Amino acid sequence: MREALAAPRTTRLANGLTVIVQEVHTAPLASVWCWYKVGSKDERPGLTGVSHWVEHMNFKGTTNIPRDQVKGIIERFGGSWNGYTWIDQTTYFETATTDALDRMLFIEAERMANCLYHPDDCESERTVIISELQGGENDPDQLLDQELTATAFKAHTYRHPTIGWLSDLQTMSRDDLYGYYRRYYVPNNATLVIVGDVDADDAFRRADRQFGGIQPGADVARVRTIEPEQTGERRLTIRKEGTTAYWKAAFHAPSATDDRFVPLLVLDAVLTGAKGLNLWSSFRVSPPQRSARLYRALVERGLASSVSGSIVPTEQPFLYTVSATATDGTRLGDLEAVMIQELDRVAAEGITESELRRAQAQLRARLVFENDSVTNIAHQLGYFETIAATDVFRTAPSAIAEVTVADVAAAAQATLASLNRTVGWYEPLPPTP
Amino acid sequence: MTVARPRGTGLSPSRIVLDNGAVFLAKETTTTPAVSISLAVRAGSASDPQGAEGTTWLLSRVIDRGTESRSASEIAEELDNRGITLSISVTRHLFSIACTCLSADFDAVLSLVGEILMQPSLPDDELATRKGEIITAIRQDEDNPAVRANEALMAQLYPDHPYGRRTKGSIEIVERLGRPDLQRHHRGWFGSNQLIGVIVGDVPEASAQEAAARVFGAWKPIPSDPLVLPPVRPATRREMTVIPMMNKSQADIAYGFTAVKRHDPDYYACWLMNNAFGQFAIGGRLGDNIREKQGMAYYVSSSLDANVAEGPLAIRAGVAGTNVERAIASIDEEVRRLVADGLSAKELDESKQFLIGSMPRALETNIGIANFLQNEEFFGLGAEYDLQLPGRLRAVTLDAANAAARRLLDVDRATVVVAGPYSGHSIG
Repeated sequence: MREALAAPRTTRLANGLTVIVQEVHTAPLASVWCWYKVGSKDERPGLTGVSHWVEHMNFKGTTNIPRDQVKGIIERFGGSWNGYTWIDQTTYFETATTDALDRMLFIEAERMANCLYHPDDCESERTVIISELQGGENDPDQLLDQELTATAFKAHTYRHPTIGWLSDLQTMSRDDLYGYYRRYYVPNNATLVIVGDVDADDAFRRADRQFGGIQPGADVARVRTIEPEQTGERRLTIRKEGTTAYWKAAFHAPSATDDRFVPLLVLDAVLTGAKGLNLWSSFRVSPPQRSARLYRALVERGLASSVSGSIVPTEQPFLYTVSATATDGTRLGDLEAVMIQELDRVAAEGITESELRRAQAQLRARLVFENDSVTNIAHQLGYFETIAATDVFRTAPSAIAEVTVADVAAAAQATLASLNRTVGWYEPLPPTP
Repeated sequence: MTVARPRGTGLSPSRIVLDNGAVFLAKETTTTPAVSISLAVRAGSASDPQGAEGTTWLLSRVIDRGTESRSASEIAEELDNRGITLSISVTRHLFSIACTCLSADFDAVLSLVGEILMQPSLPDDELATRKGEIITAIRQDEDNPAVRANEALMAQLYPDHPYGRRTKGSIEIVERLGRPDLQRHHRGWFGSNQLIGVIVGDVPEASAQEAAARVFGAWKPIPSDPLVLPPVRPATRREMTVIPMMNKSQADIAYGFTAVKRHDPDYYACWLMNNAFGQFAIGGRLGDNIREKQGMAYYVSSSLDANVAEGPLAIRAGVAGTNVERAIASIDEEVRRLVADGLSAKELDESKQFLIGSMPRALETNIGIANFLQNEEFFGLGAEYDLQLPGRLRAVTLDAANAAARRLLDVDRATVVVAGPYSGHSIG
């Protein structure tokens, strides 16, 4: 029969680097992730997008990994590597056979301390990132999401997109990038996670050998702004040439450590189907939502071709977002009337016991499905350690099981109020003759 | 029922062929208390009737909305209460229903998906709603430069061939299709002898096979596989098409050729050549030039879809409208260089190391194993394919990889499509 996973073990090196190791012996693989507590919320005006650009620059060679030896450095071992930046965090990983463990740790240690930032590489990456931004703008849904977030927040730095604003990307300098890298890429601002077919004591020793000599940095300043309470509904409309109408609403929502977070996760499962807690997961299967309230109210009645919800664990209070794509010929006003009616109803009346049980069963299953590989498990440990603590992840199943209908009703009432709502429309215009 | 179990240290799934011709592969794993089920019928979009393109896609959207004994809402409750989503997909040759469930739910879920596959009721009210969704999706595709470029490339590479058709069909066809069309299509193409079932996860293989025989043992075969594909005719000259979409921020380039069948003797040489050309690390040679050196594109890569017939080798890139011509010239340059000078021994070795070394990752999860076994069975690669694959890749010589490049790539026969903020003109 299946063996239960061992609990992760954590230590802190003398330079402040947190190291988490979990043994998983189901395949001859290891996954190494290095997490930094820096994301787009840490950016000031004029430097929006710098966290993400720095992430790109950290794949372009180091003192001990010459630029022309980066390509294939992990692929030659059959491994994959990548990274991503979001609002709270920047992270990098390698997954490969266990015999490449030292190489993976070496790459991450080099990335922390010795990246080059050659001026030519900074310039060529500027246009790559602008291309990435423009590719995103091609998607009306993504464009609406960006504008909605910027409208929902008026003070907190969660308001600007992780990719950054175009003018900042056009003007940022090599010194801006390098200065940002040196400030945030220090061991006392990072977490290293190793999961896989390893011996934990041996993995700690190897991590210390690669990272122990890196000097700590000064403590970094943290965002102090608290978003003022929203006191009235906000609205925006994008009118652009296109074929399809999109609708979204965003509500200010609690952070991952807030007692109302898990009830809101359950509420979202009732409204749009359970998604679990893994942003990265290779288990990219749509949520089970045929019985979900908003699916039945909008998709089954032919008003929308799709509906979705998003509540993501974040360090500081972020957003709960509900989205729908209008079916061809449906007016956004008609779609919105039904959507708001359903949201108001759940805010006023809460959910039923059978809905709660179904949502809990869905979430229980999703948490199993989304932790099916060393890469996914390592992601979850590092993600939660960076935004809160690994315990938030490890205790999620029991926290979900303990949620009551009263908890969900309270979360719905507090979150889905019209005063806390920002509504966005994407109205397609006919082609220009 | 025939049972065969190969010896060896690889995946070694158990394989049975039921008396009605259905094939099932089962592999027990204990990574998580979950099971992945994949049921594939040899009835992909290539089986769409001429003039009724999109029939298979519409069937895929409505097949799980009612059976002879369960309503759509009863099926929804059964699935949602267990946290299960059915992934129903249509490729050129396969219609697949796949899902992952907790081990405790395996028997009930296999029965349910079997019923969905074998006895769909295709109710009219559900059909009307799903048609509305597909029409919206087609309208979204019309506003998506990447989809427009890819669909135009396939249409031009495969005129008068099922590979050139849009899987979703057109709005006019979808509006016209009705329940009798779908019933006829299901009767004609769905039968036990067309089924490949794969079950991977925390369930003993014998139990999985018993459950498969219980659920699918009474399904009837269909008379024979009626799919006949017309020959693929490689392009004889360069063609360029521009689809202006001036409301967009970025242009998508699709640049391709008809390539090889999966059973072509040169397949492994073509696979390795394509990996070095447009995949290895961040987009192979194409990525080195267009992304890393010139900073023109966030994404550029090439893909090889060797299939029953000669599938495409397609290069894809997203660039600013002002860079379209420079990007196409750079792709031309890389094609010419590869054809004239070939790969280096180092490049070929690195691609071999990557493709062989990545197998443990590809076979780590239940879904990964299920996909591998589906592919193995569909193409008849043999039960020990996972053990043989490294040797087949290692055996490819540099001469063979370079001959594959010369065989498939030729700038003077390239089909090029640009969709996006570019009004352009023909090049070359």
